[in-house]
Amino acid sequence: MKKRRIKTMLAAGLALIMIISLAGCGGGGSAEPENTADTDANTTVAAEAASEAANEEEVTITFANFNASGGNEETLEEMYLAFQQEYPNIKVDIETIGYDDYFTQMQTRVAGNTAPDCYELNIENFAAYAAKGVLAEITGVDFAGINETALSAFNVDGKQYGVPGSFSNVVLIYNKELFDQAGIEYPTDDWTWDDVQVAAEKIKGLSDDIFGIYAPVTYNEFFKVAAQYGGSLLNEDKTEFTINSAENIQAAQMMVGRIVDSNVQPNSSQMGGMDDWSLFESGRLGMISTGIWAFGTFTEECDFEWDICVEPGGTQKATHFFSNAYVINADSDKSEAAATWINWLASSGEAAKLRIEKGWDLPAITDESVLSAYLEITPPENRQAVFDSLNYLVTPPIIEEYSLMSDIITGKLEEAASGKITAQEALDQAQAECESRITLK
Amino acid sequence: MMKKNRSLREAASAIPFLLPSVVGMIFFSLLPIVISVFISLTDWDGLAALSLGTLAERFIGFGNYQNILGGEEFWRVLKNTCYYIVLYIPLVLIASLGIATLLNKGKKGTAVMRILYYIPVLTSWVAASLIWKWVLSSQYGILNQLLALIGIKGPEWLTSEIWAMPAIVLASVWKDMGFFGLFLTSGLASIDKTYYEAATVDGAGRIKTFFKITLPLLTPSIFFCLVMALINAFQLFPQVMIMTEGGPNGATQVMVERIYNYGFRYFKMGYAAAFSWLLFIIIFILTSIQMKLQKGWVHYES
Repeated sequence: MKKRRIKTMLAAGLALIMIISLAGCGGGGSAEPENTADTDANTTVAAEAASEAANEEEVTITFANFNASGGNEETLEEMYLAFQQEYPNIKVDIETIGYDDYFTQMQTRVAGNTAPDCYELNIENFAAYAAKGVLAEITGVDFAGINETALSAFNVDGKQYGVPGSFSNVVLIYNKELFDQAGIEYPTDDWTWDDVQVAAEKIKGLSDDIFGIYAPVTYNEFFKVAAQYGGSLLNEDKTEFTINSAENIQAAQMMVGRIVDSNVQPNSSQMGGMDDWSLFESGRLGMISTGIWAFGTFTEECDFEWDICVEPGGTQKATHFFSNAYVINADSDKSEAAATWINWLASSGEAAKLRIEKGWDLPAITDESVLSAYLEITPPENRQAVFDSLNYLVTPPIIEEYSLMSDIITGKLEEAASGKITAQEALDQAQAECESRITLK
Repeated sequence: MMKKNRSLREAASAIPFLLPSVVGMIFFSLLPIVISVFISLTDWDGLAALSLGTLAERFIGFGNYQNILGGEEFWRVLKNTCYYIVLYIPLVLIASLGIATLLNKGKKGTAVMRILYYIPVLTSWVAASLIWKWVLSSQYGILNQLLALIGIKGPEWLTSEIWAMPAIVLASVWKDMGFFGLFLTSGLASIDKTYYEAATVDGAGRIKTFFKITLPLLTPSIFFCLVMALINAFQLFPQVMIMTEGGPNGATQVMVERIYNYGFRYFKMGYAAAFSWLLFIIIFILTSIQMKLQKGWVHYES
């Protein structure tokens, strides 16, 4: 009898251990920092000491981001150390998650009430999160020194829901050698798309394998090119879609015509599965419209000389503005400390200097002296164009159902680029589909 | 009496060992499945904190189901998925049958070949998709270059609306034929040798033996592979996401790809849940039909 009892208790004990370890596995997920437990222990000890010494309340906040993944985790750590010098009473548990997994994870955590106190969002998701009331208004910090346009991108109905952590934009990058071969002048900041078409045709004429220009025919490019012809995707107060306006059609026809009519831009079968950067790096592309985050890769991979200029305009200039925002969880009870941390990350001189030094990306600040360090790095020579572009920037038309709208428009533009439908038909269909599937407030 | 008690006690002592798996299954599989039924009856966006209250205030009854079935998208992606299945199932069954038969001879090197055919099964779909994307490149891919060697101008595969789905079928057959080949191999091995001896005595040739003896006796394994392959094929997802992202022009949009986008990019989790349940119902109906039909063609050894 006793033996059986011991056996049963042993079995029950083992089962209990297995269940507990299973629960531990379930929560593990991807990127919890392994020294959270230690940090917490240290925090409590330090807290007691600190509160005795400085009589200030110690706060630990959690912060998640994706921008640092893939090489900049150390830079973020250095920024945190600098932050601690200024605010020793605020401890931050930093989580860096890869971009691909980040948003599904963040969405699940917000729904499950386990989201961090503050985290990063890109423009696509910002509108949805803000509209669904899961973000807290950021108050009590000074936004001085932050670029106005960047700040306004994350302002909804007069309330500030995010601070821009960094920004990047899109410029025209060109292959100097191909321009030399074709015997034409390099692009300048006053070029229009008509000038580009002339140059592209000359470069295309060099050989069958060479193309003049590549500018993606996607939603992201389209809303900007539309602005270059004076059009926009939504009306002023964002209550109606204006996708198939005359100006937009002109813009779309120009974008699509390059592929379908003059073929100075390769279509998808001519690309054969290669991406646009590889085409440029292989030296077979005269000009490419792409983001400044390409500089590092192009410096490594291109064995020809290249430079940049502000993107050409249509009837006016308009340039991209991409920014990631730091936001605060509406359910967080440490919003003050969180606001201090993210505002510091976005606007402080130390963070900005580190960002530029380590070649991460650009801080969205107005302090020219800090930004000047960026200009010193070459190639490209004309880095000034990055900042000149800021004079013409347009922000994406942010609505709650942003992803759906961008997918619909990209899908229709792709059909036009493949020659299946005309640019006019594409925009008419996109207008109809957006109107029927998306309700604007 | 005593016997019943002892067997009951023996059974009871197994419970603690079963508990971890069962608890895991309940909390990570059963419970979410039940909850997803409720979610499919709401227009929850997947972001607002999940609770009974949230679901209650977003209740819309069968609205999601009505929208899905009444729209053109559901039927279009169902058609795409069926196109994939009609191409994939016959090819994968024939390929696995071929492998199993060829590798059943017991000649030297079959063990190594069996491993080689199984390796694709072990690779991750992400890695395999990336490589196949290059193989299928219309300009730079190996496939079209090999076809050119024998004078065929290869199609544009992933960038062609007509050939994109066949391209994905090709990659999927490559990846899965080892898996089903393994089942069919064990099915072949379990066929009683006496049947073959009787056939040789009766003077039957190889082809006749194959069609009259091997194939009929293999039908249970084939049936199993068919059911598994069908269930799997309806859930086609990673290849599409990586190789074509649903393109070109929506030619490879399939059901799970839509579910993913609605749930995680368009913030329409309720809609996605309803979509998933419709997918489940379709798979369930088809599998039931197959189960009913098996009496007509599957020969179980009694």
